[in-house]
Amino acid sequence: MKKATVIVGLGSCGLAAGAGKTFDEFHRIRQADKLDFEIKKTSCIGMCFREPLVEIIDDTGKYLYGSVDVKRVDEIIEKHIKNFSPIPEYIIESEKYKSEDASFFDGQVKITLRNCGHIDPESIEEYELMGGYEAMRKISNTNMSHEKVIQSVLDSGIRGRGGGGFPAGLKWKFARNNNSDKKYVICNADEGDPGAFMDRSILEGDPHSVIEGMMICAYAIGASEGYIYCRAEYPLAIKRLNIALDQARKKGYLGENIFGIPNFNLEIQIKEGAGAFVCGEETALIASIEGERGMPRRRPPFPAESGLWKHPTNINNVETLANIPWIIYNGPQEFAKYGTEKSKGTKVFALTGKIKHGGLVEVPMGITIKDIIYKLGGGITGDKKFKAVQLGGPSGGCIPEYLSHTIVDYDSVNATGAIMGSGGMVVMDETTCVVDVAKFFLDFTQKESCGKCTFCRIGTKRMLEILTRITEGQGRQGDIELLEEIAHTIKDSSLCGLGQTAPNPVLTTIKYFRDEYEAHIRDHKCPALSCKKLLTYEVIAKNCTGCMACAKGCPVDAIEGEKKQVHHILQDVCIQCGVCFTKCKFKAIRLS
Amino acid sequence: MRIKRIIPEPITDSDPMPETPDLALMNPLIEKYKTRKGNLIPLLQGTQEIYGYIPREAFLKLNHETGLKLNEMYGVATFYAQFRLKPAGKHIIKMCHGTACHVQGVTAITDELSDLLNLKDGETTEDRIFTLETVACLGCCSLAPVMMIEEETYGKLTPKEASKIVKEIRRNEKLLENEEN
Repeated sequence: MKKATVIVGLGSCGLAAGAGKTFDEFHRIRQADKLDFEIKKTSCIGMCFREPLVEIIDDTGKYLYGSVDVKRVDEIIEKHIKNFSPIPEYIIESEKYKSEDASFFDGQVKITLRNCGHIDPESIEEYELMGGYEAMRKISNTNMSHEKVIQSVLDSGIRGRGGGGFPAGLKWKFARNNNSDKKYVICNADEGDPGAFMDRSILEGDPHSVIEGMMICAYAIGASEGYIYCRAEYPLAIKRLNIALDQARKKGYLGENIFGIPNFNLEIQIKEGAGAFVCGEETALIASIEGERGMPRRRPPFPAESGLWKHPTNINNVETLANIPWIIYNGPQEFAKYGTEKSKGTKVFALTGKIKHGGLVEVPMGITIKDIIYKLGGGITGDKKFKAVQLGGPSGGCIPEYLSHTIVDYDSVNATGAIMGSGGMVVMDETTCVVDVAKFFLDFTQKESCGKCTFCRIGTKRMLEILTRITEGQGRQGDIELLEEIAHTIKDSSLCGLGQTAPNPVLTTIKYFRDEYEAHIRDHKCPALSCKKLLTYEVIAKNCTGCMACAKGCPVDAIEGEKKQVHHILQDVCIQCGVCFTKCKFKAIRLS
Repeated sequence: MRIKRIIPEPITDSDPMPETPDLALMNPLIEKYKTRKGNLIPLLQGTQEIYGYIPREAFLKLNHETGLKLNEMYGVATFYAQFRLKPAGKHIIKMCHGTACHVQGVTAITDELSDLLNLKDGETTEDRIFTLETVACLGCCSLAPVMMIEEETYGKLTPKEASKIVKEIRRNEKLLENEEN
């Protein structure tokens, strides 16, 4: 019998779910019982809703176990490892057993995430075993010219995965065509969209693929220095990138004449972002690396012409770069096999919100939003009614349920008024108020506006004020039109992507849910029962036990009633704070 | 948040003045970055790493030894959300206010902690044990709502659980304090 191998998923979300303790427990029991099996670590496989995840590989095959908290470790070791009898009720997927949750993997195509959750991200050897750095070797062995590399990227049809959707090959070509003694390649890992975490997962799970992608880019455009601009909020990603860079240096993959290509020198360093959403914008990011406030600059000149320290610079997003080695190694046609006419390949989405199976999915372009939500995501939590899906974060918009047959590609998504963005997909059900969501995003962009352009700085603030008063029942006739007017002005007169797209969440929600805005303004009602100030709270007499928890919690003494008697809320005193609703353990407070 | 921070908070008499920090701790940092291009942000990040915030004296020292201009440093330090100009609490509670956490009701949790500790966003308790901060996204969206204290992430929170966690930390701190006395 071969030694069994236990692989524990230790990505950020796995760790948050307690995977670290699970990992330690396997070690502890192995030592205590003097058992002979191997323990390895890997990163996120994307199935966040069943973390901590543990894979056991033995002679009989692979077994993926879900929700393995510390308490289950002992049982799994006892039954599966010691007695070779797997435990079907904990298994998500194996050759023999397949749980319902395994449908999460059906229809996924893993190119970007090919190694995530399968290899130890802190081992260059494991990356190489999976075909890592073979793309660089192919370039070196077949003397692939710079032009040919760029042509391959062009032929693959890959478009920028950071949100803009600009063809990556074209960007490289511009950088190549500008002559300079010094050029830079930058990896944009400043993933700032709230609700998106695909870049973090790639960096934590497969850092070498991003580094190899940067190498190929550097070779193609003729750059000799690279920067990875990573959010400081991602400490684990930074740690693993540092390990990966050290390993690459030791192997001679970074430095001079790398992969035996004469005069191909490259050094890569990490720059930690200091917390500013606007730095995801190319020119702001460059300013930040130069040590200044991250404020966007006017384009042209584009970074391909005059970027970092005024040298030609190419900036690509993490996800784009992670695809590059695969494209070069397998050929552009293989990549272009997936997707639609104008959007090739696959896209990673972070599926979150009111969804049963939240996590990271990679799907071929062209799949419908409905299929992602119902087939992969398993539907809406609590089988509530699906209302809308938010794509593209603060720059994107809401796509309503009746448009959920929309296919995922840059142009189809843009046509709805949302954007593909970096891939955050937040699912909303009937209890989510779209006006409140629009307010949430405006609150975000208003805080994150760098302040350079007047309309972005002041316009977003005014829009937020209007939205706030609408959700508080103070909306006025004409507010919707006013919002639209300000929105269009901000879009027309902002320098960078942040301002140009900031009004999108408001514009799309007005477009698809105008009646909800009107209900807030005209009837002072929130149809989703979400905006607190627009609700009335009442005691349901038959459920009330007279425990007095609500009355004690009420900050304005609006609840009267004796102990063990049905309570009553004084509507004219109530400030709609919702404390009674959260305090009540007997579901005796009704919202309407 | 940024807009708010551009306006410097006046130092009032009631603010406890932190004792003068040991500036020699910065020497290796300055040595490392002194001649590098674009060193302003790494220098400020390094300084904050040492003291937990950027003391006034540190700005002066950086200005003196690297030639970086005070106004530029101050401009950068107030632009980015990461930098603090006042000491923070021993435990920094980062409440994730990303989209997924918002949809799953993190606001109620932040309110609960806010009441419990009597703090507003970005403030520190008088005993300097806790600082409460809201952040954009911690990237653990499928565990929403989430908060992070030091390196530990807590997921699928309810207001009750969150306050239990915070109370637990506070109790341990009090025990520690009593032992020391």
